[in-house]
Amino acid sequence: MANLTTNFIGIKSPNPYWLASAPPTDKEYNVVRAFKAGWGGVVWKTLGAEGPPIVNVNGPRYGAIWGADRRLLGLNNIELITDRPLEVNLREIKQVKRDWPDRAMVVSLMVPCDEESWKAILKHVEDTEADGVELNFGCPHGMSERGMGAAVGQVPEYIEMVTRWVKQHSRMPCIVKLTPNIADIRKPAEAAKRGGADAVSLINTINSITSVNLDTFSPEPMIDGKGAHGGYCGPAVKPIALNMVSEIARSPETADLPISGIGGVTTWRDAAEFMTLGAGNVQVCTAAMTYGFGIIKELTAGLSQYMDQKGFTSVDQLVGRAVPNVTDWQYLNLNYVTKAKINQDLCISCGRCFAACEDTSHQAISMSPDRVFEVIDEECVACNLCVNVCPVQDCITMEEMPKGAVDPRTGEVVGDYGNWTTHPNNPMAKAAE
Amino acid sequence: MSNSLTTPGIVPARLNPDAYAEQFDDLYPDYDPHEAMVAADRCYFCHDAPCITACPTEIDIPLFIRQIQAGQPEAAARTIFDQNILGGMCARVCPTETLCEGACVREAAEGKPVEIGRLQRYATETLIQKNAHPYTRAPSTGKRVAVVGAGPAGLACAHRLAMHGHDITILDRREKPGGLNEYGIAAYKAAHGFAQAEVDWLMQIGGITLRQGWTLGADGTLADLQAEFDAVFLGIGLAGVNALGLDGEVVLGARDAVDFIAELRQTEDLSTLPIGRHVVVIGGGMTAVDAAVQSRLLGAEHVSMVYRRGRDAMSASDYELSHAANEGVKIITNAMPIAIHANGAVREVEFAYTHAGETGMEPTGETFRLKADQLFKAIGQTLVGAPEGVALDGRKIKVAADGSTSVPGVWAGGDCTGGGEDLTVTAVAQGRDAAESIHASLMKSGA
Ligand SMILES: Cc1cc2nc3c(=O)[nH]c(=O)nc-3n(C[C@H](O)[C@H](O)[C@H](O)COP(=O)(O)OP(=O)(O)OC[C@H]3O[C@@H](n4cnc5c(N)ncnc54)[C@H](O)[C@@H]3O)c2cc1C
Ligand SMILES: Cc1cc2nc3c(=O)[nH]c(=O)nc-3n(C[C@H](O)[C@H](O)[C@H](O)COP(=O)(O)O)c2cc1C
Ligand code: SF4
Ligand code: SF4
Ligand code: SF4
Repeated sequence: MANLTTNFIGIKSPNPYWLASAPPTDKEYNVVRAFKAGWGGVVWKTLGAEGPPIVNVNGPRYGAIWGADRRLLGLNNIELITDRPLEVNLREIKQVKRDWPDRAMVVSLMVPCDEESWKAILKHVEDTEADGVELNFGCPHGMSERGMGAAVGQVPEYIEMVTRWVKQHSRMPCIVKLTPNIADIRKPAEAAKRGGADAVSLINTINSITSVNLDTFSPEPMIDGKGAHGGYCGPAVKPIALNMVSEIARSPETADLPISGIGGVTTWRDAAEFMTLGAGNVQVCTAAMTYGFGIIKELTAGLSQYMDQKGFTSVDQLVGRAVPNVTDWQYLNLNYVTKAKINQDLCISCGRCFAACEDTSHQAISMSPDRVFEVIDEECVACNLCVNVCPVQDCITMEEMPKGAVDPRTGEVVGDYGNWTTHPNNPMAKAAE
Repeated sequence: MSNSLTTPGIVPARLNPDAYAEQFDDLYPDYDPHEAMVAADRCYFCHDAPCITACPTEIDIPLFIRQIQAGQPEAAARTIFDQNILGGMCARVCPTETLCEGACVREAAEGKPVEIGRLQRYATETLIQKNAHPYTRAPSTGKRVAVVGAGPAGLACAHRLAMHGHDITILDRREKPGGLNEYGIAAYKAAHGFAQAEVDWLMQIGGITLRQGWTLGADGTLADLQAEFDAVFLGIGLAGVNALGLDGEVVLGARDAVDFIAELRQTEDLSTLPIGRHVVVIGGGMTAVDAAVQSRLLGAEHVSMVYRRGRDAMSASDYELSHAANEGVKIITNAMPIAIHANGAVREVEFAYTHAGETGMEPTGETFRLKADQLFKAIGQTLVGAPEGVALDGRKIKVAADGSTSVPGVWAGGDCTGGGEDLTVTAVAQGRDAAESIHASLMKSGA
C-alpha cells in the first residue's frame, strides 16, 4: 500500500485530503466526525474579527444545478464566514487539535484590511496551537462588499501587504487562498509569494447565479424575491480550478510555491489530477457536503490503489508530474496528425457524430441509407467533436498518422515536430534552429 | 357467493372482492416527474432517428423526449398529438417492442431501449388529465363528412377533418364510441375508463356529431350517406370472427374471445363475471393472449392457450407471450383442435399435434385432450358489412395509399382495409392520412 502521508509546508497529515474552510469545518462536532471518518486535516471555517458575530441570511443560502437524475453538478452559496462567536471557535479549535494531534488543523481568517486587526486575530490563533493559517482572500459575496475576501484578493498589492503583516506577526505557516474571479491567477499568486506566503490554495468559489425563477423573475437562491450572486463550486468548477493550479505551477515566478488544490474534488481521480498539476494536497468541500464524510474511504483507497498500480510509494512522486506537459498553444506540434476512426462493431448508428460534424464542423462523416457512419479522411480535421458527442465510449478514437504518411486532407507528408513559432504562415516566425 | 379458484364450472366471484381492482389495474402506472426526467435523459436525440420511422404515425420521438427533458411535457404532448391524436391510447397499447422501442438504437446496443411508450404516456397525460384540448378548428368549410365507425381509424379521421373546418358525423352501431379501445383492448391496458376519457377529450375539437346505434347496411346504405354527405370514410373494423369448423362448436361454454372480452370491458363489477375453472383459448394473436391472461386474472385455475403453428408464427409479440406466461398461462404450440367433447356443455377439447408439411400444418398423429369448462375461440376477425360496390382486396377493403376506395368520394382505413398490421396505431395513421386526402379532395372540388 502506497504511503499517503503528506507533509505540506511542514504541516503533516495522514493523507492529502483536507476539508476546505466551509460548513463542514464550522465546529468541533463536524470536525471530530470528519477525523473519525479518516480525513487528513481541516481548514477551519473562516474566522472574523472579535466583536458581534457575522449574520447570515435566514432564507436559502444554496442554489444548485443537477444532472437528470439529480446528481449535483454545481453548488452555489451566499453564506458568509463563521457566524459563531470567536471565543467559541477558538476554544473548539484548541480542543480538537489537542485531541487529534496527527491531523492538520489550519485556521482560515478574514478580518478588516488593517494591520491591527490581523495582529489581534493571529495572537488568538497562535494560542490554539493550530498548525497554520489560511488567509481567505477569496470569498466572492457579502464580505467583499465590506472590503474583505475577494475585494482584497483581486488587488495583488493588498494581498502582498496583508501576507507580509501575517508573516511579521506570527511564526505559523501561512497559506493564501486565492479567488478565481480575476483575469490572471498568476498575479495574486506572485503577490502572495512576495509577501512571504508559504503556499497558496485555490480556488475559492466563482461568482455565479445558478438559475432564475421564471415565475417570480428572481435569481436563485431567492431571498424574499431578490437574489445576490453567490460562489460556485462542485464538480462543474474543476476544469477551471485545474487550469489555474497549473498556471501557477508552471510559471517560473511561482513554480516553487506550494499549492493546495481546491475546486470540485469529488473522487480520488480528481485529487490525483490536481496533484499531478502541482498541488501538494487537496481540499474538499462540495463533495463532502453532498455525500457526507464517508467518501474519504473511496478517496484514500482509490488514490493508494492508483499509486500502487503506478509504482509510486509516496505522494510527492505524484505531485507535479503533469506540469512539464502543460505548455502554450504556440508550442503544440502542428505535425501531429490524427484522424477520427469509428469502430463499426461498437457503433449503434445513432447518427450524433454525423449531425455534429455535418451541421457544425467539417462535413467529414458520411451516412449511408442503412445508417452506416464513416469518417472521410479527406475532410477530417481531427477536431475530436465526434468523439465527444458519441454516446458509446471508445467507439470513435483518434488515430495518429505515422510519420511519412500523406494526410489525405492536406496532401502533405506528416513530418517531424514543428510548431507555430516556426510555421511559414506565421509572420513572426523564427527560422528553425 | 363464496367461490374459489377450484370451484367447478363457470362461476363468478372466484376471487376476494377486493382483489379485482388490483388484478385489473394499470399494467404500467404513470411515471412520476422525476422518473420521466431520468428516462428521458437516456434518449440520444438521434439524427434521422430510426424510432420515428418505426412508428406508424411517425411521431417525432426525439423531439418530444427533448421537450420532456426541457421541462415542458405539455409541449411534448402537442408534438405527439400533431401526428397521433390517440397518442394517449397508443402509449398504453402499442406493442412498442416491435415498433419504436424495437428500433431504438439503445435496444440494439444494450437490449434496453428508451422507454418511449411510457414517456409518451407521461407527456400525453399532462393534457388529457387536465382535459385541455390543444387544437382549434379552421373556419368552417361548410362541407359535411360521414365517418362510419368510432374506432381509432374513425376518430383520427374525424378529428383531423374537424380541425380542417369540416362538419363531421360519426355513425357507429355500438352504444359507446371508441371501437376496440372500448370493447377490445385488455382492461389493464386502458384502466380507469381511459377510452371514454380520451374520446371526450378528443371531441372537444368541436364540429363532430356522434350518432350511436346506427348500423351501416341495416339503418342506412352507403348510397344514403353519399346523398347526405360530401364524403364518406369507412372505419368499420372487423366485425366478424372466424369459426373453428368443428362439429359441436356451438355449445354451452364455447364462445368467441372477442365477445368475452367485450363483455369483460363493459362489466362494472368484475366479481360478477363468470369464468371457468379450466379455460382453453385457441389462437396465437393478441386477442388470444388477452382472453387467456384476463381469464387468469378473473381467477381461472388452469388456462391454456393453444396455437396450431410454432411460436415464431404467432402474431402476439414475445413480450405479450412472456407476459401471458408470467400470469400463469400455459402456452402450447403446434397443436390444432380436432374435436370438442361435450356433455350438454364443453368438457374437453381434443388436439392433434402438428408439424409443417407440404399442405400446410399437418397432424403428426399424436393427440391429447385438455379439460375445459370454457373454450374461447380467437382465430381471427373478419370483415363483415362492407357496403356493396366497394371493391375488396382479398378479405379486406381495397384502398390506395391515400385511403381512397374504388368508389369515388369514399375512403376507408383501419382494420377493415389491407396494408399495415391490425393495430390501434396503424388505424390512427390510416384515418389521419385518409382525412388529409378527403380534405384535399373537398377543397379542390370547390363546389
Ligand atoms: C382483443 C383485442 C386486443 C387488441 N389489443 C391490441 C393492443 O394491445 N394493441 C394494439 O395496437 N392493437 C390491439 N388490437 C387491435 C386494435 O384494437 C385494432 O387494430 C384497432 O382497434 C382497429 O381500429 P379500427 O378503427 O380500424 O376498428 P375498430 O376499433 O374495430 O372500430 C370499428 C368500429 O366500427 C363500428 N362498426 C363496425 N361495423 C359497423 C357497421 N356496419 N355500421 C356502423 N358501425 C360499425 C364498430 O362498432 C367499431 O366501433 C386488439 C384487438 C383485439 C380484438
Ligand atoms: C457553503 C460554503 C461556504 C463556504 N465558506 C467558505 C469560507 O468561509 N471560507 C473559505 O475560504 N471558503 C469558503 N468556501 C469555499 C470552499 O472552501 C471551497 O474553496 C470551494 O467550495 C471549492 O471547493 P469544492 O468544489 O470542493 O466545494 C465555502 C464554500 C461553500 C459551499
Ligand atoms: S474529428 Fe471533427 S472533423 Fe473529424 S470527423 Fe470528427 S467531428 Fe468531423
Ligand atoms: S455517434 Fe458513435 S454510435 Fe453514434 S453513429 Fe456515430 S460512431 Fe456510431
Ligand atoms: S432511437 Fe432511441 S435514443 Fe434514438 S432518438 Fe429514438 S428513442 Fe432516442
